[in-house]
Amino acid sequence: MLFEGLAERLQNTFKKLRGKGKLTESDINEALREVRLALLEADVNLAVVKQFTQRIKERCLGVEVLESLTPAQQVIKIVNDELTSLMGGDVSKINFNPAGPSIFLLVGLQGSGKTTTAGKLALLFRKQGRRPLLVGADVYRPAAIKQLEVLAKQINIPFFSLGEQADPVRIAEESLGYAKAQGCDLIIIDTAGRLHIDEELMEELKRLKNVLKPQEILLVVDAMTGQDAVNVAKSFHEELELSGIILTKLDGDTRGGAALSVKAVTGCPIKFIGTGEKLDALEPFHPDRMASRILGMGDVLSLIEKAQAAFDQEKARELERKLRKQEFTLEDFVEQIKQVRSMGPLEQVLSMIPGLGGAKQLKKLQEEFDEKEFVYLEAIINSMTPEERRNPSIINGSRRRRIARGSGTSVQDVNRMLKQFEQTRKIMKQFSELSSGKSTRKLKSFKFPF
Amino acid sequence: MVSFFSKLKESLVKTRQGFIEKVSQLVAVHSKIDEELFEELEEVLIQADVGIAATQRLLEEIRKSVRQKKISEPGEVKTLLREKMVELLGDPVPVRWSDTPPTVILVVGVNGVGKTTTIGKLAHRFRQEGKKVLLAAADTFRAGAIEQLEIWSARTGSDIVKHQPGSDPAAIVFDALQAARRRGTDVVIIDTAGRLHTKVNLMEELRKIKRVVGRELPGAPHEVLLVVDATTGQNALRQAELFKDATDVTGIALTKLDGTAKGGIVLAIKEELGIPVKLVGIGEKSEDLKDFNGSEFVAALFGEDRWE
Ligand SMILES: Nc1nc2c(ncn2[C@@H]2O[C@H](COP(=O)(O)OP(=O)(O)O)[C@@H](O)[C@H]2O)c(=O)[nH]1
Ligand SMILES: [Mg+2]
Repeated sequence: MLFEGLAERLQNTFKKLRGKGKLTESDINEALREVRLALLEADVNLAVVKQFTQRIKERCLGVEVLESLTPAQQVIKIVNDELTSLMGGDVSKINFNPAGPSIFLLVGLQGSGKTTTAGKLALLFRKQGRRPLLVGADVYRPAAIKQLEVLAKQINIPFFSLGEQADPVRIAEESLGYAKAQGCDLIIIDTAGRLHIDEELMEELKRLKNVLKPQEILLVVDAMTGQDAVNVAKSFHEELELSGIILTKLDGDTRGGAALSVKAVTGCPIKFIGTGEKLDALEPFHPDRMASRILGMGDVLSLIEKAQAAFDQEKARELERKLRKQEFTLEDFVEQIKQVRSMGPLEQVLSMIPGLGGAKQLKKLQEEFDEKEFVYLEAIINSMTPEERRNPSIINGSRRRRIARGSGTSVQDVNRMLKQFEQTRKIMKQFSELSSGKSTRKLKSFKFPF
Repeated sequence: MVSFFSKLKESLVKTRQGFIEKVSQLVAVHSKIDEELFEELEEVLIQADVGIAATQRLLEEIRKSVRQKKISEPGEVKTLLREKMVELLGDPVPVRWSDTPPTVILVVGVNGVGKTTTIGKLAHRFRQEGKKVLLAAADTFRAGAIEQLEIWSARTGSDIVKHQPGSDPAAIVFDALQAARRRGTDVVIIDTAGRLHTKVNLMEELRKIKRVVGRELPGAPHEVLLVVDATTGQNALRQAELFKDATDVTGIALTKLDGTAKGGIVLAIKEELGIPVKLVGIGEKSEDLKDFNGSEFVAALFGEDRWE
């Protein structure tokens, strides 16, 4: 049921079209139909889609197709460029108070991920040398304050609240004095999730804003949000004048069209994205990556660059030899994963490989290798004897139990890891062929799937 | 760029008009049933998150009916569409109940959709009916999750079984079922940690929880509720697909319908996967839970009614 990305769609549309030259109006219309579908399937708001396709049409008309590109590639390039520029050019700046402590207010719908994001921001800014204070002002959701308190303790960040009976504005006000006493210079305030149409609660946010004069008012938006994202973002922006947006839960498989929608209606930059439940899973936002994600197309060119940079040619040749001779060992396995991971989030890398991105097997592999898994994996492999690493087929039941004990995992974990190894052995074979020195020639003549 | 945004804003103002006005408008504007009419109907559905594929299939059926029944009156098209949608959603299906207590309800879903709140509301409902309720705090992962459920247990007068944060959820479920048997509990509701459907290990954990339930109490869980946030877009279909695969979801609880999102994706879920919506959440209080009803839902989707 995985829907096709734009690249595949356009490929089909342009199958008949082989010639070069100008794009005709009917070519463009046909292509735009596909662009529209791809954007809607990615949950970009309908009104945004309409405006956007209109703009693309204007840009495409009369454009010379570049020598090196097929018409489909040309359209993709234009769409991608436009989408990227609409989502904001550069990585945007965070506003701090030059005189005195900075105040960040997190706002959003229920369940969008504000509390976790508050913890993540605190951790991030402490890494950058600031001294954050986390303030729990969600007095409505049961145990929300407790949640933030526990998170704060986990990462060893000062925490302040007055409990669920207190007025959120008072909590925020009093946190200022506490911050001063604790020597904190950044106050991050978690507020209750609320509907944008809840007048009373929106009023509360306005009071918070007026009292605190925060440097940043950040709207936290779930990346899986559908068409309603624009209504939400628009209301919050009208009431509060947001300074930025944080997109959460991008570690799933959503296309994340909400990114474009909220950016389009508020004009506010997307400042961070959340990519996991762990508190270090917060990243700066890259418009170009988001563009290809929404469009569901592999960024083929940058894959090739990245693949070549990350894969040591020597190692790749060696690996290829091993694969041919069936000598690919668990040690190579770890090495491979390290290399692939050094190229960026695995999902992104995989999505860049044309034709492979959608492969079920790969998807599964990618899902299995989240950060935590990787740590497990190394622990398991470290608990093996050199003999076992070279020749995993000798790992019988009792060895499995020993390895599990030694690595603090379970036998099931060991089993799973060995299975992953087998799968990877197969996949890596394709991967290494794509990037090894020998096949650079192959790469050049490599047929793009669109 | 600036003009792009300002143009967009203009058009968004228009989008905010109620669906009823829109549909009746377009029906009134159109003196005949033509492509334009279908295109505009398509927009209504897409803006409710019904999704392209399901929308196109729905419209295809309407087209067929229009041809077969030789309909020429644009007003009838809307009636037809509503009929089809209600038909697709099916008759109300109640939450399953076991003949021999305890009934076990397993609640699953991605992060933040409203699982724990829905459990609180369900507990409230069952307590009102005079049933003995036990909540199993099997979300041992999210900070404060156990405390959150404890508050609901106190609010509703339900029992709770909990362990330490970070402990094995399956073990809690095991204990909860034991306790339920001992105490003659009528219904056990299991809260689980939110998880993205793409995390293979975490989905495996859910499978295990479900296995443990089935082993301890053959026939259980009697109901596996997938909680879906009405603001979710097309990704909800993937959620449903993968949660169904892991836990044989038997029903959907659609939350946050008190907002402006329409939750149209449940049409696609029903059509693709056959999972019925059983409950809707329309607020954060104990009473804000309703049984799902297809025609009410469709009416709300067209902006004719609000949930209350
Ligand atoms: N407006 C509204 N908020 C809801 C509804 N159901 C849950 N919520 C809120 O959504 C947030 C997340 O709910 P929670 O039950 O903790 O989600 P969980 O992570 O899936 O257990 C909380 O702030 C709830 O109060 C609903 O029907 N309407
Ligand atoms: Mg919960």
